Amino acid sequence: MNHIVIIGNGISGVTAARHIRKNSDQKITIISAETKYFFSRTALMYVYMGHLTFEHTQPYEDWFWEKNRIDLKEGFVNTIHTDEKTLELRSGEKFAYDNLIIATGSKPNKFGWPGQDLDGVMGMYHKQDLENLEKYAPNKETCKRAVIVGGGLIGIELAEMLRSRDIPVTFLVRENSFWNGVLPTQESEMINEHIKDHHIDLRLGTNLKEIKSDKNGRVKSIIIEETGEEIFCNVVGLTAGVTPNIDFIKDSGIAFGRGVKVNHFLETNIKNVYAIGDCAEQHEAIGQRRNIEAVWYTGRMMGETVAQTLCGNKTEYKPGHWFNSAKFLDIEYQTYGWVFNERSKKENDVYFQWRHPKDYKCITISFDKNSHQFIGINTFGIRMRHEIFDQWLTENKSIEYVLEYLADANFDPEFYKLHEAEILTKFNSENNTNIQLKKKSWKRIFSKA
Amino acid sequence: MKAIKQTGLILFLIGLALFIGTIFTGSFNLTQAELDTFIQEKGYKSELIKTELAKGVVTNENLNIFEFSSKVINAIETSNKHYNTLIAKYDAEKNWAKKGAQFQYKIFGKPHSLTFTLAKKAGKGFAAEKTGLMWFLTFGLGIIGALLFIVPDVVLLGKPGIKNDGIFLSAATNRGWIGWFTFIFLVSFYILLYFYPDYIVNWVYLVEPISQFISGNSASQWFLYGFLYCVVMSVMAVRMYIKYRHNKYQILRTTSVLFFQIVFAFLIPEILVRFEKPWYDFKNAFPLDYDFFFKWNLDELISSGGFGLFILVWGVVLTIVVVPVMVYFFGKRWYCSWVCGCGGLAETLGDPYRQLSSKTLFSWKFERIIIHSVLIFVLVMTSFALYTFFSGANQIIGIKTQTIQDIYGFLIGAIFAGVIGTGFYPIFGNRVWCRFGCPLAAYLGFIQRFKSRFRITTNGGQCISCGNCSTYCEQGIDVRAYAQKGENIVRSSCVGCGVCSAVCPRGVLKLENGPEAGRINPTEILLGNDIDLISLVNKK
Repeated sequence: MNHIVIIGNGISGVTAARHIRKNSDQKITIISAETKYFFSRTALMYVYMGHLTFEHTQPYEDWFWEKNRIDLKEGFVNTIHTDEKTLELRSGEKFAYDNLIIATGSKPNKFGWPGQDLDGVMGMYHKQDLENLEKYAPNKETCKRAVIVGGGLIGIELAEMLRSRDIPVTFLVRENSFWNGVLPTQESEMINEHIKDHHIDLRLGTNLKEIKSDKNGRVKSIIIEETGEEIFCNVVGLTAGVTPNIDFIKDSGIAFGRGVKVNHFLETNIKNVYAIGDCAEQHEAIGQRRNIEAVWYTGRMMGETVAQTLCGNKTEYKPGHWFNSAKFLDIEYQTYGWVFNERSKKENDVYFQWRHPKDYKCITISFDKNSHQFIGINTFGIRMRHEIFDQWLTENKSIEYVLEYLADANFDPEFYKLHEAEILTKFNSENNTNIQLKKKSWKRIFSKA
Repeated sequence: MKAIKQTGLILFLIGLALFIGTIFTGSFNLTQAELDTFIQEKGYKSELIKTELAKGVVTNENLNIFEFSSKVINAIETSNKHYNTLIAKYDAEKNWAKKGAQFQYKIFGKPHSLTFTLAKKAGKGFAAEKTGLMWFLTFGLGIIGALLFIVPDVVLLGKPGIKNDGIFLSAATNRGWIGWFTFIFLVSFYILLYFYPDYIVNWVYLVEPISQFISGNSASQWFLYGFLYCVVMSVMAVRMYIKYRHNKYQILRTTSVLFFQIVFAFLIPEILVRFEKPWYDFKNAFPLDYDFFFKWNLDELISSGGFGLFILVWGVVLTIVVVPVMVYFFGKRWYCSWVCGCGGLAETLGDPYRQLSSKTLFSWKFERIIIHSVLIFVLVMTSFALYTFFSGANQIIGIKTQTIQDIYGFLIGAIFAGVIGTGFYPIFGNRVWCRFGCPLAAYLGFIQRFKSRFRITTNGGQCISCGNCSTYCEQGIDVRAYAQKGENIVRSSCVGCGVCSAVCPRGVLKLENGPEAGRINPTEILLGNDIDLISLVNKK
């Protein structure tokens, strides 16, 4: 029987395993060093905050794996011998495979800061990071202040986590506004305000120079590059992005750049070896997507795709329209299609923007100024329907169409105050148009079904 | 703010301690004249009970309620034993006439309920005499303390939004020692209420003036329970309003259950009694209202003239027409989370415990067996009751209707719905009764699953499997299992509380009523992947 070995039990590897099992009877082994059972990495923050226990982050009960004949092996893969199709664990144990899927995800970036390996310095990525955080920052008495370096999605999550236990947080962000490498100014500034509402000491345009140690090798303070200011703290969170976690493949003959190089079929340069998820790097970008996408759902989709290929239905990885979501403290964010920030947007892209006068709600719609084609939308504090936007993007709808039927796309809970009318009024007055809002129609919403 | 909160907690605990302490206060005894009146009212023919009761409770001694209760029960037992001996004797002698004559002397009914009635006339002391003051020191301090504890959260919780910080780190909400103490308190409360009402007669004194004011009648333990229910729901509704102040669905839903509890379950029935109409809760639908078709109830309704008939017709229409039609349009949530009293308590008092419900596949299987067994039980019992009503026969195939009714009342009505259903909130989550026991929920569930417009829509491919939805589902539905596959959630047990949607950090879930077509949408590949692949795989 064909033996498929998957390295990594994150969303990519587990999705691949599940779909291979659905479609075939091949032997499946998942090897993981982090935990025995699959858990949702994105939910680790809620464990520290006390919203969940660790068990709640595991989407499948423990009997699931045996029932579906997916062997789980705890171990760290040291080397891959692609010539003889075996791999060797750190324990010395050897495994033979017929097909190998590398799905080892990412690891936090460290940029060679002095002191970056001291006790009390941590990323927020692995289950082990969570355990570290419980050790070094169990409460505000033990951790009198924490400094977070890196203003991305994990950074703000870590800040939220620490604030849930009333630990003072200083948040160093290299950019001059939060996440403005991605977000347009309006939204980035709104998040700045909201971060400060949560009593987080937000330092924009600020870099880390070094982390200083006490005499026991623990974090004592950090020094800021620009001002030389010393901030005393017990914990430093390094959240300046992630890199593919692929050190162990370096002598295997598998081609790599920053990640494991793959083609659109997720194949590496070696036959029978595939790479999916965060650790895979496309030779050629797909659409406007990055070559390495460290996003939950792309990992899942690559898992679904490679499973098809391994079950005899060779399938190209073709992610559909870009979408994503996140939550910044209390503000939910969703995006469908492409909305770039002011610096990276294309020449013909223009914005239509609306922000609620009081609440933390806003939208940015990106469209082509000549054809008026709808390109993408960012929404903050308003939920939108994925299916509808996916359909509109496929059908190349115009911004006028999108606004006219915006009520169909709203996904907020029932009885929420709706803002489509205000949004439309603003567009009409800015563009001298007279678009009338269509009432929400179940027929249109479910026309695809 | 924190100081106010702590003061509130202390006041609440003092109120609670005094409330519990009240049980042990007061003295109970009767004058001969009072006893005679009681015996006359009850129509007891036994001479023995007269003398035994007089010996026990016509006294100047200060009996506490436990001593009083044991004396009354002794008297009843002595009397009954005496006549049982006579019955056995005449039976042996085959003296049927004399044997038959003894039965009229026996005392029927639950001893603790009889004791309650007598104790209600016999009490002296703080609760019975300084009722206003004692009400303030128990109910009053409890309410004020609880509100002082709850209201500062407006500020302390920070900006509106989901605030579940520390829930699994707290001994109160993660089966810690506070949870277990709460469990013991609630279970004890229900055991006293259902089986030892005489022991809590002092509590009933506390609400006597309120009962007199509303219905003009003396308060029973059930009036106490109804009043307490409303108080607890109101206070905990304030907590809901603060916790979910960003979520209009939760605010409206909480207001709705509170309204139906106070007006429909509490005030209207009591006011009906004032106008000498039958006590009736217009929203309590059969089979949750399991004794609706019992002979005594039907007899009472029919003898109450036009109004009684109206109730009879309404009760039938409610179950057969209103309930299913509404479930078709809105899902069973319209009843379970917007109207029902059991649901109302679960969504207010029980909200802090929602995360404790089990999500395992095993508990789902267990749930389906138990809840549908209760539904079958209630239907069988009701057929017996109706047969008895129409035919006059009090048994079918050798099984007494009364016996079945008694077993149901004890096992399901008292133990399951009360002691376990509410008592176990801090251990098994807040919908134990609704999930495992309620026959009405089982009935609504069938309609919701097979013929309804309601579903929880999953928003394409946005789910990140974090597990907040499943964890905070009070009904133990593994919501994530559907959401992460892009499937809508259509489950018979869903009561539509809307909390899964509220706690979702990615905006994945929405409760909505839409066309039936495509409501159940099993998908294998989520949205986001190339369209061809989706259709290819889903068509297989």
